[in-house]
Amino acid sequence: MTAAPDRKSQFQGAGQAGAQRLRQANHRSPPGGWAGARAALRRHPFLLLGLVFLLVLGASLFVGRYPEPGWLSPTTLVEDEVARRLVLNLRLPRVLSACLLGMTLAAAGSVLQMIFRNPLVEPGFLGVSQGAAFGAAVSIIYLSSAPLVREGMATVCACLGLALSYLLARHARYGGWILRLVLSGIAVSALFSAGVGVLKYLADPLSELPDIVFWMLGGLWGVTWADLLYLLPTVVAGMVVLYLMRWRLNLLSLDDDTGFSLGAAPGRERALVLVAAVTATAAVVSVAGIVGWIGLLIPHVARRFTGADAQRALPASMLLGGTFGLICDDLARTLLAGEIPLGILASLFGAVLFMVMMLSQNIRVER
Amino acid sequence: MSHSSQDLTGLGGPIRPEQAILSVSGLSFSYDGPAQAVLHDLSLEIPAGAVTAILGPNGSGKTTLLRLLLGVLRPATGAIELAGRPQQGYSRRERSQLMGLVPQDEHIPFDFSVLEYVLLGRAPYLSPLQMPGEADRRVALAALEMVGLDRLQDRNLPSLSGGERQLATLARALAQQPQVLLLDEPAAHLDLSNQGRLLALLRKLAAQGKSLVLTTHDPNLAASVASFVVLMREGRVLTSGLPEATLTAENLSATYDTPVQVLRVDGRRVILLS
Repeated sequence: MTAAPDRKSQFQGAGQAGAQRLRQANHRSPPGGWAGARAALRRHPFLLLGLVFLLVLGASLFVGRYPEPGWLSPTTLVEDEVARRLVLNLRLPRVLSACLLGMTLAAAGSVLQMIFRNPLVEPGFLGVSQGAAFGAAVSIIYLSSAPLVREGMATVCACLGLALSYLLARHARYGGWILRLVLSGIAVSALFSAGVGVLKYLADPLSELPDIVFWMLGGLWGVTWADLLYLLPTVVAGMVVLYLMRWRLNLLSLDDDTGFSLGAAPGRERALVLVAAVTATAAVVSVAGIVGWIGLLIPHVARRFTGADAQRALPASMLLGGTFGLICDDLARTLLAGEIPLGILASLFGAVLFMVMMLSQNIRVER
Repeated sequence: MSHSSQDLTGLGGPIRPEQAILSVSGLSFSYDGPAQAVLHDLSLEIPAGAVTAILGPNGSGKTTLLRLLLGVLRPATGAIELAGRPQQGYSRRERSQLMGLVPQDEHIPFDFSVLEYVLLGRAPYLSPLQMPGEADRRVALAALEMVGLDRLQDRNLPSLSGGERQLATLARALAQQPQVLLLDEPAAHLDLSNQGRLLALLRKLAAQGKSLVLTTHDPNLAASVASFVVLMREGRVLTSGLPEATLTAENLSATYDTPVQVLRVDGRRVILLS
């Protein structure tokens, strides 16, 4: 009981500013342990997300099955010429592609969820994923299975899928703009997936069919610097547009009338953002095949860290998506002697993560 | 609080009250071809620095008129002047700095914090690639303080009550620092105490020189807040003017196509079904 007046006089002695500082210091001192880490995380999510991303990116270069399954020690890298070449020519482009893949799908998913004002949208839904699958199947059966031809065909058909969805939505005489786009996306995807079905039926079951099926399971095996260079311009251009417009995305998630009253041109700006997000997705899908869940799930995880404001949620989505892509691909090429398709792992971890998220409490309490 | 001194009047001070802030002449509009016109040859002057209520039954074209005033719909015929200039002559930026919208029951699918949401009101002052800064934050906080939600700035929007959400929407529009505020059925989902808060706030804004235009189907709301009333029915203006002249039993019975009586309680008008 005697301590109370003492403390009070201490504050009076310290003066207003001193007391203020003391209170702040008290407020900010970390509670320690897990609770402290969580408090710090809430205040600086990017520090943690960025750190984890860089760690995983660095570690990914040393994870693999050479010289033995598991870990390549840095000393081997210095001494072993083969290891050095392997890391530079095979592993590095693959790691960078995995990172771009995750970033692009997560960012595109985040953006499409906002502009369609629907948290269940994923980036391939406007005919893009199925379009790409159709293009790849056509190329495997009728053209050549050379990677660049396949990727080119997949990109062309993915964009065709988007264009068809868009045109159909423009001319549809039913519902509002968003509903029309969603329905058109469903219709066009179904059309292409029927096409893929026909092609699978026609394909040579010994040589072509496995190629098609494996491509559709998604994966980054055999990605080279050439593939990465093919990806890079479209993906980087799309991501830069989205990143620069990140705060504006919030406006596009409001009612059209409200967006208009705030000086936005919702129709035009949505179209711009849509094209940036979907072409980047098409490029990624054309190289990696269909990888689900990342684009749907990662944006929700990111929002748990940062809140809904896309100024923070979009960069967080990119970092988390990159990390998730890297981890999935590391496991895909390390766990077994053969390659595990990336799409399978992404779905597996995605589904588990989704369940954890549904069961866990919201970690974003205050900022 | 320090930011209570923050200026929310915006562009170049209040507009003189004798001036019409919005004038509409010969306006008609239809969503599906001229056979089904929603508004017919409508002419109207809305005074500056006052609360104007557009009153009429459901489906009389109030919200359509509001959207035309906002500029999001283009009239089939006729013209709208905003602050003495043709509405089409404004750039997006100029128009959005001058006029804000408080929609009815805004649906927001993501859980923005209250402050993040109110900051969106600063968009008219930012280029498309710009992020809001410290000054914008101060304006947003002042707007929140004005509607009495400054304590809730970090709360998630979906965790607010219906009344608080409506006030947050108003704060978002106030952060725009507009001269003209369009409000669509602003009190539709509010309980009595929140209605009281909202109406007091609207009167205060009008006293500061802002022009407010609200739609409502409730004649008592119009009677308690409006200093200018427009009666609408089936896409036409029946009459417009001061409340004493417009809110009569005869006019209201014609507007709602049902017998209505107007009582006086303590000098205030109370409208009842008779």
